[in-house]
Amino acid sequence: MPRPALHLAVEIDGDGAHPAAWRRAAHSPGELLTPRRLARVAAAAENAGFTLVTLDDSILPPGDGSAAESGPVGRIGAVERAAFAAASTSVLGVAPVVATTYAEPFHITSQLSTLDHVSAGRAGWVVGTEEDPAAARAWGRPLVEGADAIAREARDGLRVVRDLWDSWEDDAVIRSVATSRYLDRSRLHAIDFTGETYSVKGPSIVPRPPQGRPVVLAPAGLVPAGLADVALVGGATPAEVGEAAAAAGAPLAFAEIEVALDTPGATARERIADLERYTPWDGGRGRLRYSGSAAGLLDLLTELGGHVDGVRLHPLVLDEDLAVLSRLVLPELFARRIAARPLPGTTLRTSLGLPRPLSRFTTDGAATLVREETR
Amino acid sequence: MTRADLDGVPRPDAQLHFGVFVQGVNHWTIWSDPSSGSQIDPATFLRVARTAERGLFDAFFLGDGLRLRESEGGIHELDVAGRPDSITQLSALAAATERIGLVSTSNTTFNEPGDLARRLAGLDLLSGGRAGWNMVTTHNAWTGENFRRGGFLDHADRYRRAEEFLSVARAVWNGWAEGAVAGSTDARSWSVPDAVGRVRTRTDHFDVDLAPTLPRSAQGHPVIFQAGDSGDGRDFAARNADVIFSAHGDDFDDALAFAEDIRRRLRAAGRPEDALRILPGTEIVIGATEKEAEEKARWVRLQQVTPAVALGIASRLWGFDLSGRDADGPLPAEDPVVAAYDGKFGTRQLGETLDTVAEWRAKADANGWSLRETVIELGPQHGHVGTPAGLADTFARFARHGAVDGFNISPYLVPDGLDDIVELLVPELQERGVYRTSYTGTTLREHLGLAPVA
Ligand SMILES: Cc1cc2nc3c(=O)[nH]c(=O)nc-3n(C[C@H](O)[C@H](O)[C@H](O)COP(=O)(O)O)c2cc1C
Repeated sequence: MPRPALHLAVEIDGDGAHPAAWRRAAHSPGELLTPRRLARVAAAAENAGFTLVTLDDSILPPGDGSAAESGPVGRIGAVERAAFAAASTSVLGVAPVVATTYAEPFHITSQLSTLDHVSAGRAGWVVGTEEDPAAARAWGRPLVEGADAIAREARDGLRVVRDLWDSWEDDAVIRSVATSRYLDRSRLHAIDFTGETYSVKGPSIVPRPPQGRPVVLAPAGLVPAGLADVALVGGATPAEVGEAAAAAGAPLAFAEIEVALDTPGATARERIADLERYTPWDGGRGRLRYSGSAAGLLDLLTELGGHVDGVRLHPLVLDEDLAVLSRLVLPELFARRIAARPLPGTTLRTSLGLPRPLSRFTTDGAATLVREETR
Repeated sequence: MTRADLDGVPRPDAQLHFGVFVQGVNHWTIWSDPSSGSQIDPATFLRVARTAERGLFDAFFLGDGLRLRESEGGIHELDVAGRPDSITQLSALAAATERIGLVSTSNTTFNEPGDLARRLAGLDLLSGGRAGWNMVTTHNAWTGENFRRGGFLDHADRYRRAEEFLSVARAVWNGWAEGAVAGSTDARSWSVPDAVGRVRTRTDHFDVDLAPTLPRSAQGHPVIFQAGDSGDGRDFAARNADVIFSAHGDDFDDALAFAEDIRRRLRAAGRPEDALRILPGTEIVIGATEKEAEEKARWVRLQQVTPAVALGIASRLWGFDLSGRDADGPLPAEDPVVAAYDGKFGTRQLGETLDTVAEWRAKADANGWSLRETVIELGPQHGHVGTPAGLADTFARFARHGAVDGFNISPYLVPDGLDDIVELLVPELQERGVYRTSYTGTTLREHLGLAPVA
C-alpha cells in the first residue's frame, strides 16, 4: 500500500510564530529556556504524530531587535536543543537551523553527524543564513555582505558538509584484528574543497551518519537545486505554493504555513487580535497563512496534498495551537490517510520516502554492502 | 584506618573526584576485544555515562581533535578513530542522565568565543548546571587545513588567544543579571529592562560585539578545565581554571611535585590553593590478587601494543617508516631521523629523540627486550594496577597528601571498562572515607566542591 504523501513538520522555536506568542504561553517567561519546557514541547509534537520538528536559530537574539520589540531575547542553540530533544523522543525527526554564513562547515558537519548518531538516523538540517550585519560582529568575523555572498556561503557550506558526510564510506571501520587495522584508509577520503573564500581538507572526524546524509531542508532558491532534499516554499495561495514547489527542483517540497486555530477558549481571530495589541504579525515572509477552525485547516491541507509533498507548520502560539493540532487536525489527517505517523525504528529519510545515498566516494562494489532498511 | 592514624597527614578529610575520559581517537582502547562496543554508537556513551553516574563520578569527559591522524603517508589505520562532536553528544546525554557532570573538550584556536560560549551555556542549561569545558589549545597548521582560517596561530600565541577567548566567554555567561526574565506574561516586556547586557571586546585576537542570549545556569556557568602541560599551560590554569587535567598521576612523587608546582603558581596568581582541583588522567587495571592484576595488565598492554602499533610508535620516534620490520626482534639499528617540523605530531627536537632512543637501546640490551617489549615498558601509557583494596590505599594516600584531587580515568575497554572500578574499587574507597556515598549536590561545581561563581 502506498504511504500517504503529505509529510508533517512543525517549527517549535520559542513560544510560537507570533513575536508576542510568549504572552499566551502556558508557562512563565523564564521557563522558556529550560530543559523541562523543551522536553514537553518535543513530546507533544511526537505524540501528535509529526514526522519532524524544526528549531530556528541565530547567534543573535530572536526577534527583530527593534526598540518596539518586547519579546524573548533568549534562545538555547538549536543543535543543542535538537540533540536533547532527540534523546527524549524516539520516532520524531529533529532538524535544527544552522547558518553557514559565519560558522565553520567542519564543525557543522560534526554537529549534524552527531545529531544523526544520537537520534539513530532522525536528523535533518534546515540550511540557514545570517543576514543581519550584527551577526558578523557577534561572531567576530568579517562581514559577508549582500545576497550573492550570503548565497555563496550557503552553497559552499552545504557542499563541504555533504562531502564531509561522504568522506567516510559506510564500511570504513573494519576492525581487522588480523592486521591491527581499525580503519581502512582507502575508504576515507580527503575532500579537498576549494571555494572562493576558504578551503577544507577533510576527512570528517565523525564516521558517516546513519542516514548517510541527514535530511537537508533549504528555503527554495537559496542553494542549487539538487543539493537539498526538501525545498521550503511559500506563496499566498495553494496554487502559488504549488507553482513554487514545481519550480524548486528538489526531490521534495514542503509548504510553509503559519497557522492560528480556534481553541476552546477563543477563536483564532480573537487570539491574533489579542497579540496584535503588542506587536503586528508581520506577513512579510511570504508564507501561506491560515487562521480559523481545525476543519478549515484540514481542508487546506487536503488541498495542499495535491501540490506539495509536505508542510511545515508555524503555530501562532505553541502551547495553544499544538494542542488543537494534536487533538483535532492530525488524527483526522491520519484517519483520512492524507498523512501518516512516522513508524518506530525508521530513519527520517525512510519516513520521507527518500533513499539513503551512497557516499559519492564509494568505490568497488560497495553498493552491495548498503543495507536496505527493512521493516 | 582510624582517625588517629591520620594525624599528621596534610589532608585527612580529602575526597577523591573521579571523571571518566572517553578519548575518541586513541590506541589505548582495546577495540579488538570481543566485548569492545561501537566507539560512536550513542548506546556506548550512554552506558559509560550511566555506569559512571552509578559510581558517583563527578564527570563524563569527551576528548577533542579536529583532524584524523596520519602516518606513513596516509590516514593512520591502527587507532580507534572517529568521535562525535562533544557538545552535541553531551546535550543528548543531558537528557538521559541525572547528576553526572558533562565535560566537553573544545579548543580555543578553531572556535569563536561568541559561538562556543553560547553552545556551552546551552549545554549547561539543558543539563541543569552540569557542564564543563576542558580548554585545549591546538595550534597546528595541519588541523587548520579543515577551517576557514587555515593554520594561523603561532605556538607562542595560543595561550594568549585562549586567555582572551575565556574572557569573552565569561562576559557572555555573565551578561544577564539575576532575574533578567520577567516573572509573568503580563510584564511590559519579556526581559527586565537593562538586565541583559552587551559584550563588546576588542583584543589582539577578537573584535566581538554581541548580545548574550542566555541566563546563568544553576552553577553560574560551565566549570573550566584545562589540559596542557607546558609552563604557559600551567600558568594559564593557575590563573583561570577550576580543574587541571594533568598527565601526572601514576607516580606519587611526580604527582606531588606537579601539585606543588601548581600550588606555587596559584599563589603567584593570587588565588587560594584550594581553588583548583588536580585530576590526572590515568588507566586502572584491577585484579582479585596482585598477581592476577599484573597478569591482566600484561594482557592489556599486549592488546594495546600489537606488533603493528609497536612499529608505528617506533616509526614516529625514529622518524621513518618501520612497518614490515619484526616487532618481536631487536630495536632498529639505524639512527633516528628528525624531519623539519611539519605541524603533525608536535615539535620534536633531535637531541630529545637521540636521548630517548639511547635510553631505549640501553634498557632493551640490559633486559633482553624486543622492540615491542621496549615500547610496552617504556612507551607512553602507564596507570595503576592492583587489587581494589591496594588501589584504594594508594589513592587515599595520593589524595590525603595533596598529590591529586582525583583521577580522570580512561577505560581500556569501552563501554564496559568502568564496571569493575564502580563495583569493586569505589566501595573500598568509600570504606576509607575518601569517596562520597551519594551525590550531595546537583551541579558539577557542587560535585567538585568548588566555591560558587562570583
Ligand atoms: C591530560 C591531557 C589531555 C589532553 N586532551 C586533549 C584533547 O582531548 N584534545 C586536544 O586537542 N588536546 C588535548 N590535550 C593537549 C593540550 O590541550 C595541549 O594542546 C598540549 O598539551 C600542548 O600544550 P602544552 O604545551 O601547554 O602542554 C591534552 C593534554 C593533556 C595534558
